[in-house]
Parts: sequence; structure tokens; C-alpha cells
Amino acid sequence: MSDSTATANGAVAEAHHEHPSYQRHHFESVDQQFDATNFAMWLFLLTEIMFFGGLFTAYLIMRNWYYPAFVEASHQLNIGWGTANTGVLIVSSFTMAMGVWSAEMRKKGMLILFLSLTWILGMAFLGIKSIEYHEKWVKHHVPGLHWSDSSFLNPASDPEVFKEYHDKPLAPDMAEKTGMYFFLYFAMTGMHALHMIIGISLLTFMIFRARQGAYTTGHVTYVENFGLYWHFVDIVWIFLFPLLYLISRY
Amino acid sequence: MSEHNGQFDQKEEHDQEHHIVSPAIYGAILLALLIFTGLTVWMSFIDLGEWHIAAGLTLFWNPVVALAIACTKMTLVVLFFMHVKYTTKLTKLTVASGFFVFIVLIGMTMTDYFTRAWGRW
Repeated sequence: MSDSTATANGAVAEAHHEHPSYQRHHFESVDQQFDATNFAMWLFLLTEIMFFGGLFTAYLIMRNWYYPAFVEASHQLNIGWGTANTGVLIVSSFTMAMGVWSAEMRKKGMLILFLSLTWILGMAFLGIKSIEYHEKWVKHHVPGLHWSDSSFLNPASDPEVFKEYHDKPLAPDMAEKTGMYFFLYFAMTGMHALHMIIGISLLTFMIFRARQGAYTTGHVTYVENFGLYWHFVDIVWIFLFPLLYLISRY
Repeated sequence: MSEHNGQFDQKEEHDQEHHIVSPAIYGAILLALLIFTGLTVWMSFIDLGEWHIAAGLTLFWNPVVALAIACTKMTLVVLFFMHVKYTTKLTKLTVASGFFVFIVLIGMTMTDYFTRAWGRW
């Protein structure tokens, strides 16, 4: 590389680099910068897929092993809340996608509106999830923390709970193995809920930044990549819902 | 230098144009996702039966259908909400190979697990 080449490249760079302030100098164009960060975000999401993959594999093996117990335990979940939560999360993915669209169209008011709607729907999801968790706590179905085999062997032993749910008594080996289902239920939905909490925290930050006009000047990378994260969390739930709630409902 | 410029212009025109997905498409995808959610709940209340492939090897249709619907929903989210349909070839290839490796890892674990005691049940 001679000096003249460097100068020539510098000249080209100068001619082309009438660029906006958010473009880093090592990128040729805003589009290249966008594609590079987008690619990096996907690499991160693939590690997340592998991470949840471990939980899903554990689930597949345990479900195969203790299928009847998984059926009984799964029927303890409230399918109404589960379906409602799936709907809430899918609509929140839509509002997030619309948030990205608002940023791309440089509509600041719309962006704040859609980010806020996504925030509210995310909180609604966690609210419904906490109602379900509370029910499991009351029924002594939380392995390791608040668990009792007798709540399955003889549900009538707790008249308060029995009055409300009328669960059938289970055989002793079955009662014990439902613990494996509930362990995986809390591990998987808990890890998913943790991702939701991280997402909602980032959304809070983004709503403040959006009010300052941060994402509506053409620099949509942050909103776009957060959107990818939010949709990924939605996809995890799309698989958790049939696997945990919809086992042999007929 | 003019040749250099020409290359850049071409690249920006054909490969790197930032595509904005319209709200109409997002709305259609939302509708499809909600319909598929209703469908998977409805199907779970119907006994779809089973397929006896061989002695000791049975395929139950209910989980197969539930997972097929979930995969369809995932594909819609990835292609449209996550813009993979409109992204660069590099990202498309990365996403596809990522899912492929995921399937291989789960597939190999499960084949190992299911064949450890093959014929001894």
C-alpha cells in the first residue's frame, strides 16, 4: 500500500462520507451499518435459541418418560389464561412491528404510542402469568418451594382449594412424577418471563429516548434490533403454549 | 475512481436497499397468527388418533399437528415481523443454518436417547 493509494481511498471516502452523525466511520454506508448490526443481533438470538433448546430437549425426554403424569399435570393449567396470554403476546408482537414501522416512517407520536402499547401488553402478559403462578402456589404445586404430594394424592385434604378446583386424586407414583412436569413448567415459563422482564425494562428506556426524538431521525437500528428480540421471545411462547397447556386435552 | 463509484451505486440499488414492510402486511400476519392460535386450541380437544409404524413405535397425531401449527406461526413471525424475507442473503443463510444446527442437536440427542434400549422394551 503506497501513500498515493491511501490518499485516493481517503478522497473516495470523503466524497462518500457526507454521512449522518449516527453512522460510524468504519462503515461505508448507513445500510451497511444497519445490515452488520442486524446480522450481529441474529447471532445473539441463535445463541438464545440454543439456550432454550436445552430446556426443550429436557422437556421432550421427560415427557416421553412420564407421559401420563405430564397429561395429568398439564390439565391442572388453566387453558383460558394460557390462550389469552398467547393472544396478548401475539398482539404485542404486532404493536412492536408497528413501532419499527413508525420509526422507519419517522413518526414520533406513533412510535411512542406503539412502544407504550407493547409495554402495556408485556405487563398484561406478566400479570396473567402471576395469576397462574399464584394458583400453583395456593395449590402447593411449586416444586422445591411450596410442594406437597398430598395435594395430588388427596386433593380434598385442603377444603379451601378443593371447593374451588375439584381435582381428582392421583396414584402415588403419578403424584410424584407430576413434580417433574411442574419443575419444567416453572423453569421454562420462568426463563421466558425473565426475558419478558428484560424486554419491558428496555422498552421503558426506549419510550423515554423516543420522546427525545432518538429513533425518528432515520437511525432505526436500536428499535429494529429490539423488535427482533421481542419477536424471538414471542416465538419461544408460541412453542411453550402447545407443549405445556395442550397435552391430550380430549 | 469512477469504476469504484459505479460498484457502490450498484450495490446500494440491488443488495442494500432498506425495505419498509407495510402495516397492511403486519395486520394480515397478526390475523393469521390469531387464527392459528385458535386452531391449535381447537385441535387439541379432538382425538386425531395414532399411527402404529412398527411394534413398539407409535406416532400420535395431536402433538405432531400442534408442533406443525407452532412451526407455521414461527415461520410467519420470522419472515415478516422479523423481516428475514426482506433481509440480506447473509442474514438469511445465518438464520437458516442456525435453525438447521438446532434441529441436528435435538435430533441427534433424541435418536441417541430413543435407541439406547432399542428392542429391549
